[in-house]
Amino acid sequence: MSAPTLHKNEARRPAPPSGGRASGPEHGAFRRALKRNLTAHAFLIGALLCFSIFSWYPMVREFILAFQKTENGETIWAGWSNLTYIFNDPAFWQAWRNTLLFTGLALILGFAVPFAIALILNEFRHGRGYLRLLVYLPVMLPPVASVLLFKYFYDPGYGLFNRILESVGLPGQAWLQDTDTAMLSVVVAATWMNMGGATLIYLAALQSIPGELYEAAELDGAGIFRRIWHVTIPQTRLILSLMLLLQIIATMQVFVEPFLLTGGAGPEGATLTVVHLIYQYAFTFNNYGSAAALGLVLLVLLAGFSAAYARLSRAGSED
Amino acid sequence: MSTRTLISPAQLARPRGKFLYWTAFTVVTVLFTLVFIGPLYWMVTSGLKSPQEFAQTPPSLIPDSVHPQNYADAWGVMDLARLLFNTLYYAFGALAFQLVFDVAAAYSLSKLRPVFGKAILGAMLLTLMIPATVLVVPQYLTVLDVPVVERNLINSPWAIWLPSVTNAFNIFLLKRFFDSIPRELLDAAAIDGASSMRTLRSVVLPLSRPILGVVSIFAVVAVWKDFLWPMLTLPDPAKQTVNVGIYSLAASVSENWLLAALAIASLPTLIIFLIFQRNIMSGLTAGSLKG
Repeated sequence: MSAPTLHKNEARRPAPPSGGRASGPEHGAFRRALKRNLTAHAFLIGALLCFSIFSWYPMVREFILAFQKTENGETIWAGWSNLTYIFNDPAFWQAWRNTLLFTGLALILGFAVPFAIALILNEFRHGRGYLRLLVYLPVMLPPVASVLLFKYFYDPGYGLFNRILESVGLPGQAWLQDTDTAMLSVVVAATWMNMGGATLIYLAALQSIPGELYEAAELDGAGIFRRIWHVTIPQTRLILSLMLLLQIIATMQVFVEPFLLTGGAGPEGATLTVVHLIYQYAFTFNNYGSAAALGLVLLVLLAGFSAAYARLSRAGSED
Repeated sequence: MSTRTLISPAQLARPRGKFLYWTAFTVVTVLFTLVFIGPLYWMVTSGLKSPQEFAQTPPSLIPDSVHPQNYADAWGVMDLARLLFNTLYYAFGALAFQLVFDVAAAYSLSKLRPVFGKAILGAMLLTLMIPATVLVVPQYLTVLDVPVVERNLINSPWAIWLPSVTNAFNIFLLKRFFDSIPRELLDAAAIDGASSMRTLRSVVLPLSRPILGVVSIFAVVAVWKDFLWPMLTLPDPAKQTVNVGIYSLAASVSENWLLAALAIASLPTLIIFLIFQRNIMSGLTAGSLKG
C-alpha cells in the first residue's frame, strides 16, 4: 500500500553524489561491508541450500557413483569396472546407434520444419497470431496426452494414419511395431510435440532482419531462394547455430517420447535410447554404478556441445 | 507495422502475387488447423463415443451418438479429481518456493553484490551445462536419503518443490531483469531508511511484474508437464500427478474413457496458455538467446 508514495519521494530526490559518502574510520567501513554481505547471503540462503543438496551434491555424486559398486549391501570402489561393463554390454552400442539415429532424424525434421514454418508465417500479413498459437499449442499439452494420442494414430489396426494411407491407395504400415519405422515414428511425434518453441524463436529472429537487405538483394536480381540463402540464413546464423546445439543436446537425452510410445525399448530394442538404458540400469536392475558410468559417458559427449553453446550465446549477447 | 520481408509488397500487390498469396495462406491455414487442432478434436470427440463406435473402422469423424457420461466415468474411475488436485498442489507449491527463493537469490546477486556472488552465479549456471538426465540418478538417490537431515522424501511433495528451486535459468532471467532497474531507485530507498527486504518488496517487485509473470507460468507449466521425476519420486498412486497417474492406468481402462481422461488432463494447461499466450510467447523469445 505504501509502495506508490515511497516511489514518488524517490523520484524527486536527487541521486546521492558518489564521492560524498560519510567516510568513517576503517573498522566502520568494514562493519558496514560485513553487514551488507550478511544481508546479501541471507537472501541467497534458500537457493544455495537447494542447489547444494539437489544440484551440486548430485553432480559430485554422479562422478563418485560411476566408480563405485554395491555388493552384498556394501559399497566398494570399483575402479573402471563399471565403464568396462557398459562398454561390453551390447545394449550400449545399440542405444548409442538409436540415439544418434534419433538425433539425426530429429535434426532433419525438428530443425528444418520449424525454420520452414517460421519462414512461411513471416510472409503472411494475416492470421499470424492464430497460426503461431496453433504451432505452440502442442507444447502446452501434458506429454502423456500427446503421446497416447499418437499411439492411437499409429495403431496398425484402427489407427488414423493407416486409414489415411489406405484411403489414397497406399499400403498400411506397422509404425511403432516395425524395427524400420519405429524410430522415425517416435521422431515425428516428438517433432509435433516440441517444435512450437523453436518456431517462435525463429519467427522473432526473422522479424529482426532489416527489410533493406532483401530490397538490395532483389535489385541485384536474386530470386526467392537466393534471398533466403544470401540474406535470411546469414542474418539468423547465430540463432540457427544456437538452436542447432540446443537441439543436439536435447535430442541426445530423449527419454519420455520413446518411453511412452514404445515402452522404451521398442521392437527388438529399435527405440532403446541412451537415457532409457540409464533408466534401466538404475531403476530396473538397481545397478546405480553402471547407470552413473553411462551418464558420465553422455556427459562427456555433451560437454563439448554445451561449451560451444555457452561460448556462442555469450558472443551473441555481447554484440 | 509492415517491414519488408522475403517477398516484396509490390510483388504481392500484383494480381498473380495476390492469387498466390491467398492460395498459400488458405492452404497453410487449413493444413495447420488440421495438423494441430485435428488431434485435439479427435481426442475430445473420441472421448464422447461409445466403445463400439470407438473401435469401428473406418472411424467416424463426428460421433454417431454422444456419451458425455464417458467423461464422468473417467473422472470417477481414474480418480482424476485427486490426480488434478495433486498436480495443482505440486505446481503451485513449486511456484511459491521458486518465487521466494529464486527471486531473493536473483535480487541478492543483482543488487546486494555479496562476496563470491559471481562464483555463486557461475556455479548455478554450470548446472545448465550438465545434461539434466545425467543427474536424475544421483538426484533420486539424494531424495531417498537427504544428506545432513537424513530424510526420505519419496512420496512427499518436498521431492518436487525443493529441486524445482534449482532453476538456474529462472534465476538468470530474474537477475537480468533486476540488473535493468536503475541503481538510483534503490539508493533512494536506502536513504529513506528502507531495509533490503523492504526495497525488494516496495521497489523491485512492483517493477518486475512482467518477468515474474513469465517465470511463474514457466514454473507451473514445468511441473504440469514433467513426467520422469514425478514417476520416480511419487510411486504411491494416491500421490501421483496427472501425467503419471493416467499413464499407469492407461492399460486397465477402456479406450474411450482414457481419451476422455486425456482431454480433461489437457484442459488446465491449455486454459493457462489461452489466457497468458502473450506473456508465454514473449517470455520464450526474451530468454531465447541465453537458453
